Amino acid sequence: MLEDLFSIVKSRATGAATAQSAGDGHVSVPADLMFKCPRCQKMEFMENFTLSGKVCPSCNYHSRLTARERLEITADPTSFSEYDAALKSVNPIDFPGYPEKLAQLRAATGLEEAIITGECAIEGSRCVIGVMDSHFMMASMGSVVGEKITRAFEKATEKKLPVVMFTASGGARMQEGIISLMQMAKTSGAVSRHDDSGGLYITVLTDPTTGGVAASFAALGDIIIAEPKVLIGFAGRRVIENTIRQRLPDDFQSAEFFLSHGFVDMIVERSAMRKTLGRLLRFHERGDRP
Amino acid sequence: MSNPLTAWERIELIRNKNRPTARDYIPMIFEHFIEMHGDRCYGDDEAIIGGIGRIARVPVTIIAHVKGRNLEENKKTNFAMPHPEGYRKALRLMKQAEKFGRPVICLVDTPGAYCGIGAEERGQHEAIAKNLMEMMRLKTPILTIVLGEGGSGGALGLAVCDELAMLQNATYSVISPRGFASILWKDASREKEAANLIRITAEDLKEFGICDAIIPEPVGGAHRNPALAAEAISGYVRQAIPNFIQKPIDNLLQTRYIKFRKVGAFSET
Ligand SMILES: [Zn+2]
Repeated sequence: MLEDLFSIVKSRATGAATAQSAGDGHVSVPADLMFKCPRCQKMEFMENFTLSGKVCPSCNYHSRLTARERLEITADPTSFSEYDAALKSVNPIDFPGYPEKLAQLRAATGLEEAIITGECAIEGSRCVIGVMDSHFMMASMGSVVGEKITRAFEKATEKKLPVVMFTASGGARMQEGIISLMQMAKTSGAVSRHDDSGGLYITVLTDPTTGGVAASFAALGDIIIAEPKVLIGFAGRRVIENTIRQRLPDDFQSAEFFLSHGFVDMIVERSAMRKTLGRLLRFHERGDRP
Repeated sequence: MSNPLTAWERIELIRNKNRPTARDYIPMIFEHFIEMHGDRCYGDDEAIIGGIGRIARVPVTIIAHVKGRNLEENKKTNFAMPHPEGYRKALRLMKQAEKFGRPVICLVDTPGAYCGIGAEERGQHEAIAKNLMEMMRLKTPILTIVLGEGGSGGALGLAVCDELAMLQNATYSVISPRGFASILWKDASREKEAANLIRITAEDLKEFGICDAIIPEPVGGAHRNPALAAEAISGYVRQAIPNFIQKPIDNLLQTRYIKFRKVGAFSET
């Protein structure tokens, strides 16, 4: 039966790169036709996986979207206008190979950097939105990411708009040294001013939200939502395992783990995200706005 | 006052077991230090100590990472790697300082915030984030001095401030050189090379506009003459405090915001 399944896949293959076999050792599968869930390891046709909104049908892991995909399923049609698209990273500590790495990722992803910010409507409510994209250097936070987030908050404060941030990040952009660390303080400062002005800030934690992003603006929402099964945390799993010299349970640092420890308001399925955000935004609409 | 030591040599120097810790410095710099304990929530983290003392007739709140001077002490202070309750104690004492109009002096000396099960369960990420946000708008002056190791977010959690000073041989980095080498080069043994590459010295940070003042150390490092090092730190604090306590709060907070707001390197065309 498994053989049948894979022969169908193989017949559809168009010379794409092959992924790991399902374990039987002699069937190879084109990587872009199958999705292998990193949580439950089950294989699924890419087509079905995509139709389900890139959610694993077996374990409900909400896998990573590109920023464009996220905007597509979140913002009302044609409502999005981008901020600060021209910001480009430079090489502040002259780290060897960094400009080449950036160039390569720009070409591969079609993105200028690891976040898209702008303004849109969600279910009719205007907001400032930021979407991080883990496909770009694991959405690590360097100068451009920090600056775009800071400007987004500053514009939202000025325009009296709420902010919705879809976070994803491996942490600080190490290639920018200490300057990347300072982006944590800079973005948190922008959140504090938005907060002082009475502005709403909703965080949506997506896979993975860790390190310096988890420990700055991502943790500071008035309302913190997480997608099911995503990874959240300050420290890397391997770092902790090396420190304590024991294996961690599978659900450690999951959205569910942080919900039960009190650091997440709610876990929301991707299919219900837009409605939930729309409702929350409407509840916070202020009378002084048009 | 040029420093002939490489970044790596400074790391070796600040790891010297005789290098003075915050416990050594506090009584030499501040009068009548009274320590306060606990975050009023979970526990008391001995990796960060805090309390009230006086310098130049001004009562101040002092918050410091504490390294142990021996293994016994390090068991208690967890090698100055705080848990969330350490950051929450720090914030509690900062809020107390704000209420009573005391300047806050933070002494940073940590390899980083602790990475462990309890730290994650109790929200290490949230504790640090909250400090960054609240320190940015704390309505009283904050001065931070890096004594030795300024390790990543664990250091930054006490380092959102009006002025950042570093001891001459102190370092401040986004990740330890060892972590850097192990993640980016998959080879932790290249830590020395990483240290000298990733710009972590006081002079580097001054050049980036992150460090505002470099406090000289005695020849050979602070451990050669702790009293002299303490005197230099005390001298720095005494001259810095009046500049900040006279400032109107709005002005102080705006300048603090800009200090961090302006850090970043990018092009825009
Ligand atoms: Zn799965």
